[in-house]
Amino acid sequence: MEFDKPATTNPIDQLKVVGKPVHRIDGESKTTGRAIYAYEWHDPKVAYAYGYPVGSSIAKGRVLSIDSAAVRKAPGVLGVVTTLDVGDLEKGKYNTAKLFGGSEVQHYHQAVAVVIAETFEQARAAAALIRIDYAAEKGRFDLKAEKTSAKTPEPSTEPESAAGDFQAAFSAAPITLDAEYTTPDQSHAMMEPHASIAAWNGDEITLWTSSQMIDWWRTDLATTLGIEKEKVHLMSPFIGGGFGGKLFLRADAVLAALAAKKIGRPVKVALPRPMIPNNTTHRPATIQRIRIGAERSGKITAIAHESWSGDLPGGGPEPAVMQTRLLYAGENRITAMKLATLDLPEGNAMRAPGEAPGLMALEIAMDEMAEKLGMDPIEFRILNDTQVDPENPERPFSYRDLVGCLKLGAQKFGWDKRPRTGTKREGNWMVGMGVAAAFRNNLVMPSGARVKLDAEGTVTVETDMTDIGTGSYTIIAQTAAEMMGVTVDKVAVQLGDSRFPVSAGSGGQFGANSATSGVYAACVKLREAITAKLGINSTDVVFEDGQVKSGSRVVSLAEAAGPDGLVGEDTMEWGDLTKTHQQSTFGGHFVEVGVDVATGETRIRRMLAVCAAGRILNPITARSQVIGAMTMGAGGALMEELSVDTRHGFFVNHDLAGYEVPVHADIPHQEVIFLDETDPYSSPMKAKGVGELGLCGVSAAIANAIYNATGVRVRDYPITLDKLLEKLPDVA
Amino acid sequence: MRAFSYERATSVEAAAKAAARNPEAKFIAGGTNILDLMKLEIEQPSHLIDVNGLGLDTIEKTSDGGLRIGAFVRNTDLAANETVRRDYALLSRALVAGASGQLRNKATTAGNLLQRTRCPYFYDPNQPCNKRQPGSGCSAIGGFTRQLGVVGVSDACIATHPSDMAVAMRALDAVVETTGATGEKRAIPIADLHRLPGDTPHIETVLERGELITGVVLPKPAGGKHIYRKVRDRASYAFALVSVGAVVHPDGTGSIAIGGIAPKPWRIEAAESELPKGARTASAILLADARPTEHNRFKVDLVERTLGAVLAEARG
Repeated sequence: MEFDKPATTNPIDQLKVVGKPVHRIDGESKTTGRAIYAYEWHDPKVAYAYGYPVGSSIAKGRVLSIDSAAVRKAPGVLGVVTTLDVGDLEKGKYNTAKLFGGSEVQHYHQAVAVVIAETFEQARAAAALIRIDYAAEKGRFDLKAEKTSAKTPEPSTEPESAAGDFQAAFSAAPITLDAEYTTPDQSHAMMEPHASIAAWNGDEITLWTSSQMIDWWRTDLATTLGIEKEKVHLMSPFIGGGFGGKLFLRADAVLAALAAKKIGRPVKVALPRPMIPNNTTHRPATIQRIRIGAERSGKITAIAHESWSGDLPGGGPEPAVMQTRLLYAGENRITAMKLATLDLPEGNAMRAPGEAPGLMALEIAMDEMAEKLGMDPIEFRILNDTQVDPENPERPFSYRDLVGCLKLGAQKFGWDKRPRTGTKREGNWMVGMGVAAAFRNNLVMPSGARVKLDAEGTVTVETDMTDIGTGSYTIIAQTAAEMMGVTVDKVAVQLGDSRFPVSAGSGGQFGANSATSGVYAACVKLREAITAKLGINSTDVVFEDGQVKSGSRVVSLAEAAGPDGLVGEDTMEWGDLTKTHQQSTFGGHFVEVGVDVATGETRIRRMLAVCAAGRILNPITARSQVIGAMTMGAGGALMEELSVDTRHGFFVNHDLAGYEVPVHADIPHQEVIFLDETDPYSSPMKAKGVGELGLCGVSAAIANAIYNATGVRVRDYPITLDKLLEKLPDVA
Repeated sequence: MRAFSYERATSVEAAAKAAARNPEAKFIAGGTNILDLMKLEIEQPSHLIDVNGLGLDTIEKTSDGGLRIGAFVRNTDLAANETVRRDYALLSRALVAGASGQLRNKATTAGNLLQRTRCPYFYDPNQPCNKRQPGSGCSAIGGFTRQLGVVGVSDACIATHPSDMAVAMRALDAVVETTGATGEKRAIPIADLHRLPGDTPHIETVLERGELITGVVLPKPAGGKHIYRKVRDRASYAFALVSVGAVVHPDGTGSIAIGGIAPKPWRIEAAESELPKGARTASAILLADARPTEHNRFKVDLVERTLGAVLAEARG
């Protein structure tokens, strides 16, 4: 099915199941430990071996030699596979850094060997005995130092945009801001480490793994191993968090495959936690410069957003300027990205790439500008709202209610009680409120599904879509139930298997809307198969109560399916509605913080997100997504930073003791409100992504609240106490 | 983790003897620190002597009105003890500011005193570290040092001692009781337990081979207000950037120990006589020899400000 015209009324609009607060259908299997994650697949008939990876101890250079004699003699060892043994392997299409193979070292903790033994403990102990000689080379590890050498990246990254005459308008503007902001490298820090089990059967391989994108992994594993894609069977039904860290094939999969081949037995490989931040991808640091010029009325006349980031050769920029092309009006505008070469681990997608770090900067800038104008920051944003793409004013937004989010949020949060900057004290706490706009584009991806109806009347959905904790199982069941006129308990959902139709996968908040649309398309096919079989003229057909009804004729789905059952399969493809109409999601984040006047510690007191993201398919799972994202925003604002050792080129705090993410005590109160809206341009579901929206803008709202509390403006994330201390009142 | 042999000690003396026999032996109690370090091969004992069966897990009043805490009293139990909460509230508050509930259920009094630094370079076996590999150099100096020490440090090591409990013990003038390999007993004031790194940062305490901590004795209650203020980036489950353990009397005098800034709980008695003059004077004495890095210079200011807040709270 191709979605090329705005949706009209369709069976989803019945909202008997879709849009209802259905609890996770996979919840019980997770809370009772029966959901099987990648490393836990266990067939008692199979003697699994264990692979332990070895990471490079240098950041750049070559592996000269690997001495594994002592390893091979260690108890329980079954084999060793080294990067020199296997030679150069072809790199997957989605990887920037190579994962394994050959002598070149591109980054710290790059996999250079895997030691295979009968037990995990034996493999780990033996791995410590490996001796590797390296020839280290000088690398570039400091974004600040490399900023001047940064270049405009590939045209495919859309590095630049412009409209009007920014320079002239900025020079003429009576009120201007020109400020630099920085965001640090960050790590996904998902709970489940990257893990795989590989088992070969002749020249075919089955890989149980933890992947957000089944087909990307399948394709890239085949490429890396030099085999045909059809020979790869990939399974990833449950995923313990991804956040972008599991979008692309990772070393655990390659090492497990090569190790299993080497010893002729299935092998399990998990990345040890201290290896994850440097071995895998991360969100790259940015330096951002924002200039805004406005009339005294507050109307923006000029806006420029430039961003510098770094990556390995062949990599791309952190797209931190993208939201600035769309979020606010202003006739004269430029955006630009510059990319420096850095020999740090690969920078790539993490938790709302682009908008998350971009809004961290832009939404502080808007707060600063509002202050210069003497305006309320919400009024300033509302004044500069736009209903059209400001770079191409003939192109409207499909549906945009940023203003509604900000107004309702202000009312619910008690924004009128926001104190004057630096004036509110409660004991030792300096108290302040902050606001930021939330913005994230609504992406769509082709997504396929197969829907089966059996003689019991059970509907089974099969798609290679993944559920990374987001609720995919549940909203897919709701979609199929709505379409087929059954209750959720009559729907079985099978995900994360490469034998199923290729779906959108999970990333870029495109999963929910795209994958349910694919299920919608497959259900349309199944409905057609049912009516065709029953010889019903489908114009007046109704699917409800587990029955097909046409005029006075009523047939149960079970009966319609018959002993052979019926199948519908289709893929939702997307026409050019995303080109003719800008599709985005919007929100307002409101935060109240306390800052300890003596120590500078910031503690969040309450948070509110108001989200406008089309139809909400399930308010429970959507809220769960948004509060999780708000928590990530709190981490980004207050603590998350991979600290770079710029001498040796690695992230120093590479475990969960050193890389701090929020704990429960950091998140006292969160509220989420979804505006009741539908977007017929987005899909037949009339839904949009919402998960990442919940993160976009949060950190800036916190930064603005800290400013409101203290009068200290910090433009360098995370806003830790050392950046506030000198400017806080004297307390001694 | 290297393969190791394991025994359960049956008496304090046998444990000490067994440890003295084997230079590669280590005691294990709660195991919350040593097991992690063994997995990373930062600790590589060939033999573990499990001391959990030795008792030494009670809290009793001493004849002179003090309190004897068994070496293997769990942190949770110590923090919850009624006498501790009433008479040594500083200790209870410091304990619950540390780690997590699950870790405190396992961690012991002796083990807490002997836990090792959380310097990230100590934790990365690829990086030179004089604590891990004597003479290999310190990769932290010149690197990322925000969490590391500002005082009592040396050119060989700038790591900190991570304990909260030990800071409270130091302010409370605890005495550590031990039994040595030949059965001799020692009473070591906590001030003398931890060594400064100097040229030998791998030697962290004055304990001799085989010497086993059997308990910690607190003097009779000192009265005063007991405050433990731990400053950190997140609200829980993080090591201190700076912590202040204080017992403050109505006349403004008291005892103060600082955590998060030095290789041991940091206390300078001379600073305490200046307490009535305020935090600035006292912290100037505490940090007179500070040699911070670019990344952790803020700790100097933070000590003064936190101490100021603590003294204000005591007055309040």
